[in-house]
Parts: sequence; C-alpha cells; structure tokens
Amino acid sequence: MTESRWVRIGLRIMTAVTLAFIYVPLLVLAIYAFNPSRSQVWPPSGFSLHWFAEAATNGRVLGAFGTSILAALGATGVALVLGTLAALAVSRYAFFGREAISFALVLPIALPGVVTGIALAATFKTIGVDFGLQTVIVGHATFCVVIAYNNVIARLRRMPRSTEEASADLGADTWQTFRRITLPTMGTALLSGGLLAFALSFDEVIVTNFTAGPSTETIPLWILSAIQRPNELPVVNVVAVVLILLSVIPVWLAQRISGGETASVSR
Amino acid sequence: MTAIAAEPPRPGRLRRLAAWLHAHRRVQMLLLLAAPVLWIGLVYLGSLAILLLNAFWDTDAFSGRVVARFTLESFQQLIGSEVYRTIALRTIGMAVAVTLTDILLAFPIAYYMARVASRRTRTMLLIAVLMPLWASYLVKIYAWRVILQGNGLLDWLLTPLGIDGPGLTQVANSWVVLSYLWLPYMILPIYAGLERIPNSLLEASADLGGRAGATFRRVVLPMVLPAIVAGSIFTFSLTLGDYITPTMVSSTQFIGNVIYQNSSLGSLPLAAAYSFVPIVIMIAYLLVARRLGAFESL
Repeated sequence: MTESRWVRIGLRIMTAVTLAFIYVPLLVLAIYAFNPSRSQVWPPSGFSLHWFAEAATNGRVLGAFGTSILAALGATGVALVLGTLAALAVSRYAFFGREAISFALVLPIALPGVVTGIALAATFKTIGVDFGLQTVIVGHATFCVVIAYNNVIARLRRMPRSTEEASADLGADTWQTFRRITLPTMGTALLSGGLLAFALSFDEVIVTNFTAGPSTETIPLWILSAIQRPNELPVVNVVAVVLILLSVIPVWLAQRISGGETASVSR
Repeated sequence: MTAIAAEPPRPGRLRRLAAWLHAHRRVQMLLLLAAPVLWIGLVYLGSLAILLLNAFWDTDAFSGRVVARFTLESFQQLIGSEVYRTIALRTIGMAVAVTLTDILLAFPIAYYMARVASRRTRTMLLIAVLMPLWASYLVKIYAWRVILQGNGLLDWLLTPLGIDGPGLTQVANSWVVLSYLWLPYMILPIYAGLERIPNSLLEASADLGGRAGATFRRVVLPMVLPAIVAGSIFTFSLTLGDYITPTMVSSTQFIGNVIYQNSSLGSLPLAAAYSFVPIVIMIAYLLVARRLGAFESL
C-alpha cells in the first residue's frame, strides 16, 4: 500500500508529537540537574555543577549503585544459566508439558510485580530466609529467566541441527559439541539477553521493595525514598540524569550486537 | 577407504559420561530441565501457592498473627466492602484506559517507522524509542512529579492562561504517567508486527480493488492484532500491579496499593485474597492472548 501524501504528513506529525511526549519529561529533568537552587520551582534559577559534586561524594548513593550492580550481575547470571537450559530442553526434545514450560516462564513478567513481590516475601518469611542481597537476586532472577530463554530459543530455532550432527559424526562428544558449536552459535543471543536482563534488574523497584529487607538498598530503592525528602531532590536530579545517560550504553551495545536487526521487547 | 586416524578416546570419566548421555536422551533432557523447572516450579509457583493459600487463612483477632485455619473471611471482607470494589474497578478501568491510549499513541509512530520512514530514519527512531525503555522507571515517574507539582513547568505554562496546574492529586495524572511509562512496550511489538507484513499482500489487496481504508481494516489490522495484544499484555499487567505511580503523581489507591499496605502492616490474608484479582485477570488475559497468537509477538 502506498500511503497517500496526506496520510504520510499526518503520520510524520504524530510521530514528532509522540517523540516530544517521550523526551520532554527527560529533558526537563536534565535541566533541573544543573539548577543551583534546592527548590524545584520552574524556571531554574541558574547554572551550576554543584549537585554533581555532591552526588559523586554521597556514600549512600554510591553504595546503592554498587548494590544494584551486584544484584543485576547475580540475577543475570542465574537467568542466563536457567534460561539457556530451558531453551535447550524445549528446542531439542519433545516431552509432555513442553507448552506449559514456556507459559510458566512468562508468568513472572506477565503477572503484576506486586504479586511476585508479596508472594516471594511471604515465602521467605515462612521458611525463615534472611532478607538481603541474596533475596533480591532470587526475585530478579525469577522474572529475568524468560528474557534469556526467549533470546536463546529464538536463536536455537534458527540454528540448523546439521552442524551439531556433523560435529557428532566427526567424533566430538556431547560436551565438545556444546562448547565448540552450540555455545558459540548462542553467543550474541546470550549477550543481548543478558543485557536486557541486567537492565531490567538494575531498574526494578516493585519486587525489590518486597525482597530487599531494611539493610539492602539498590539505586531505585534509594530514589524511591529520596523523592519523598525535599532536601535530597537536587541529588535525585543528578542521579536521574546519570541513569538516563547510562541507558545509552545498552541501547548502543544492543544495536551493535543485532547490527540494526529489529529488536523487540523481550528478544 | 583409508582408516581415519581417530583421536584415541580419552578414558576420562567425563567422556564416558558424555557417551552414556548421548545414548540416553531422556536423561539428557531431564538434566537440562531440572534446574529451570525447579526454580520456576518451587521458587516462583511455590511462592504463589503459599501466597494464595494465605488468602484462606484466618487472622488471630488478638495478636494479628496469621493462623492456619480455613476461612473465607478475607474474601467476604473484600467483596462486601464498597471501598475495595471501587478500587478494583478503578484499577481495571485505568488498565483499559492506559492500554487504549498506548495503542492510539503507538500505532502512528510504529506505522511511520515500519512503512514510511527511510532505513536511516527508521534506525534512528528505533533507538529513540528504545532509549527510554532502558531509562529508569522511577526516573520517569520523578520527571512527571517535577513537571506536575505546584510551581512546576506545567503551572508556569498554564498560569498565564488563567488555569491552575493539576498538582499531584488528580487521578488523570496517573493515566498520563502510566501511558507514558508503558508506551515503548506497545510501540515495539506493533512496529515489529507491521514490519512483518509483506508488501505483496498490500499490493494484492489494492489490485483486487481494496481502497486504502479497506486494506487497512481487512489486511493490516488483522495481521498486527497479535502484536497489539502482545503489547497490551505489558500495558495491562504493569498498570494492574503498579503501586508507586498512583501515590507518586496522584493521591489514588490502586489494587497494588492495597496489597502493598496490607502485606507490610495490615493483614496478609487480605492482601493475598486481593492478589487473586490481578492474577485471575492476567491468567485469563494470557490464555486469550496465546490463542490469538500473541506469544510469538512478545
């Protein structure tokens, strides 16, 4: 269908409006980060880098960053291992309940986070697990598995079985074939799945709030509490801008991995 | 044929295990499946089961402790209460409103990206849409707080026109912010769905006398429907469970708020019983979505 001139103009205008809707709020925050004053009145009263210095030396913020990275690394690691195992099983074998597995894996991201959060918290309390980084990792890994799974299974479905068979025919055993053939084929799928899982975990607050316990603070948890303390808002502005800038990294990496291939939400 | 000088087999245990595994595919499969199935089955579904079980337990009137004694009291309390009914309906209404808003906002830009824009523009737009998906959820909520609050940007824009800014109490704020938050989750699947439609199909429709409108309604829409449904899983579910947005940009209670408050301070059985609402809705939604082929578009 060749769209008529007016349709194309209309689409262009709506695209511009939507992009503005997406970016104006982020821009406003970026401007506030350079505001010398503590108050959040618009327009800002001047230009200053004061709060950047303040944020860079804020021990609580830096600690929360560290915790977030640890949690995301842990959750991504668990998710990649479990997701890959499940993807290998589902794509390579026919078994009873295969459909149910993909359904069960989607559930943790398809059901509202508040449900996952309260369910895990109730269970940890019941069996007496200490809340902390480890419980955060368990919570995050649970909804990250499907991300790794989706990425890997999409790759495995496209990969011809013949290379693995050839490897076996040439005398390689199961491990050798996996290490030299299957794993390298899955490489970029693991990388992009891992990237998405890492970002999801790094950003997660709804489940984290339930599973962190009082002594563990991730960056989103810090923001959540700092938003409610007017004194801290200038530092929140800076952290927010840093997070927005950091989000360029995964997008850039993902683009390089996929080489401009279309990226969908979970693949 | 000349004999191939095969590497002499390592007598190692690992190698023997590999050979044995190769001959026993069922065991191989079970080993692969064990960890993920145990994790999702025990940690996740097990936790869900414990939560749902709690909905049927009683609370000790004195200590407030949960007692393992079967009762339907939590459900009766929820169904009998005007407040909880209103909150549930409000949340579902909000999820529907946000989903529809996002479909309306996402379709034009997705269509432009998939079928009008040049390759270069398309890549740029794709990056532009992906970027905010990675930017923090809380940062985005906070950005709207800053814009909406008294003496904020919106106040500054509206005051000269003699209109008061919305402040941080209106329910409509939640609608705008939630639509904002989940918009990329809708744009990306619709874009991917539109991109998959082969041009030949649209040409065939035109050749057969279908006007632009008819082609859109009878060819394009049915083909992107699974993608739209896939996107709506996210917009719907994320709205149903959100308890941070409603209190951060407005003073509204959603299902998530009731669950959250009761889980920490109030009664766990009540929170568990209320969790049934989003769980039942989402499972029904997922089953319908799967029938519509939305899982392939996730």
